[in-house]
Amino acid sequence: MILSKIFKNTLIVLTACLVLSACATKKEIATDIKGSMQGDVYTGTDTVEYLAEGVPDRVFFATNESILTTASRETLRAQAAWMRKNSSINVVLEGHADERGTREYNLALGERRANAAKDYLMTYGISSDRISVISYGKERPVDSGSNPLSWSKNRRSVTVKAN
Amino acid sequence: MIKNIITLFLILIPINSYALIEVDITRGNLDPLPVAVSPLSIDEKSRKSFEKILKKKNIGEEISSIVENNLSTSGLFNPLSKDAFLQAPDIANLKPRFEDWNLIKAQALITGKVNYVDDKLRVEFRLWDVLAAKEMMALAFTTVPSNWRRVGHIISDKVYERLTGEKGYFDTRIIYVAEEGPKTQRIKKLAIMDQDGFNNKFLTLGNELVLTPRFNPTSQMVTYLSYFKNLPRVYLLDIETGTQEVVGDFPGMTFAPRFSPDGKKIIMSLAKDGKSDIYTMDLENRIVERITNHPSIDTSPSYSPDGKYITFNSDRSGYQQIYLMKSDGSDVKRISFGNGLYGTPVWSPRGDLIAFTKLHKGKFYIGVMRTDGKGERLLTENYYQEAPSWSPNGRVLVFYRETKTNDKGEGFSAKLWSIDLTGYNERQIKTPTDASDPSWSSLLSN
Repeated sequence: MILSKIFKNTLIVLTACLVLSACATKKEIATDIKGSMQGDVYTGTDTVEYLAEGVPDRVFFATNESILTTASRETLRAQAAWMRKNSSINVVLEGHADERGTREYNLALGERRANAAKDYLMTYGISSDRISVISYGKERPVDSGSNPLSWSKNRRSVTVKAN
Repeated sequence: MIKNIITLFLILIPINSYALIEVDITRGNLDPLPVAVSPLSIDEKSRKSFEKILKKKNIGEEISSIVENNLSTSGLFNPLSKDAFLQAPDIANLKPRFEDWNLIKAQALITGKVNYVDDKLRVEFRLWDVLAAKEMMALAFTTVPSNWRRVGHIISDKVYERLTGEKGYFDTRIIYVAEEGPKTQRIKKLAIMDQDGFNNKFLTLGNELVLTPRFNPTSQMVTYLSYFKNLPRVYLLDIETGTQEVVGDFPGMTFAPRFSPDGKKIIMSLAKDGKSDIYTMDLENRIVERITNHPSIDTSPSYSPDGKYITFNSDRSGYQQIYLMKSDGSDVKRISFGNGLYGTPVWSPRGDLIAFTKLHKGKFYIGVMRTDGKGERLLTENYYQEAPSWSPNGRVLVFYRETKTNDKGEGFSAKLWSIDLTGYNERQIKTPTDASDPSWSSLLSN
């Protein structure tokens, strides 16, 4: 009887542990995605490189979208300021799409995204002569994963020094 | 290579008989026709000559096995095992003992022989209706020995046509993009092969990214997208000579090229300032015409076989959908109204259907719809697949499929697949490397 009681208690403890640990992992994943994606736009820094201190090289987009988010506009303003300071530098804007679209449409979408970034740089005083645009569509992902987080990192426009 | 076609003489021996066997091609492979492909007989002297030239022990058997394989992959025929054949190939070609072939349940019988004549390969073959005990067709060709695979394909086409009433698609080639390397840094080359995967040849070295090659329906020209010097532009390639040239002088990326049905124009998209519109360029006079003018993405254009209409995809409604317009760009109307996104419309060579890619709830489908957008039929569902291309007779679609990677981003592959219009007979086409963006040629011989 005592034995069975101990056994029962252990079981309860064990089940409690299992429930807790399951909760913990679930929460962890949830916060991870929340921490690096807003809606389905990537907000993390995993793949981001810097053109200069405080000047991230890329902006991210929602699925099938080319609208600049608040964070993207902030990044592009920093890029514009950096380009104004370094007036000899020209850039190429490389537009990309994730793998969840047809190849040809994605080529067009990458071009539209890069141009959204270009237009914004121009409104902050950068001459169009200093900016060229190229689209890679879905051809050059940075993350080879087949999941929403990977795709969000691949939907991007990257500003690359051209000289 | 094209020159060889000229030396390929077709001598039709006419015969009077009704089409007794009928293959119902609308039913796909539900009930494939049992057919016996007796090996082409060959005399010892000819056999030795071909063994020397082609390094094949028995060229008669080799050619027969091409026929067998073609008929089998079509899904409409069931070639019977040779072990059950009672009659020797040379005797069968003279006069089949129909009771013997009937016994193994063959409904059609193919026989023939190969000879070495004046350094040439001479093949004759006959198609027999076993139940009616009658000859249905007899043909002979003479060609250069190196054309032996094509002889197998031409025999297959003739048999297919005689038994189904429609042109075959075996004496054709597929141009595609060969892929290698990690997903984030794929090396891509243009490659070409026979429809059955043989005679694979790489056409570019992989120094620059190349995409979406498409055959000219009337010649051995190909149009494709190349990132040569980091300027993505539509190019023209002559497969015979290897000459390449950029198509037109456009102020932005040109992409999604295809030929007009008469082969005289290229239709493509130009992306500029964030919008993509459709243009054509006449290859003779180099005149460029703008076909669409809309702030949206208009791309993946494809002509109707009579050249009067163009189908394309556009996101002007907010999402990627399929549209139709007259070839001058007038009367634009949307034709896809189902759930999900629709892209890559390609007009069937028969004119009655448009094949497309559909994305719905995270799955990709290859499907067909009538040209008014009605009668949608989804043929296959997968994680990722797109870019259907029609066989020249409009019976089969070839497309590419990519796999989902695992948690570590590993396990990516891209392969070519074909499926019958009926949705049956899905098959992978074996390629030496990963492969995508297939385009099916017209029949090499008509």
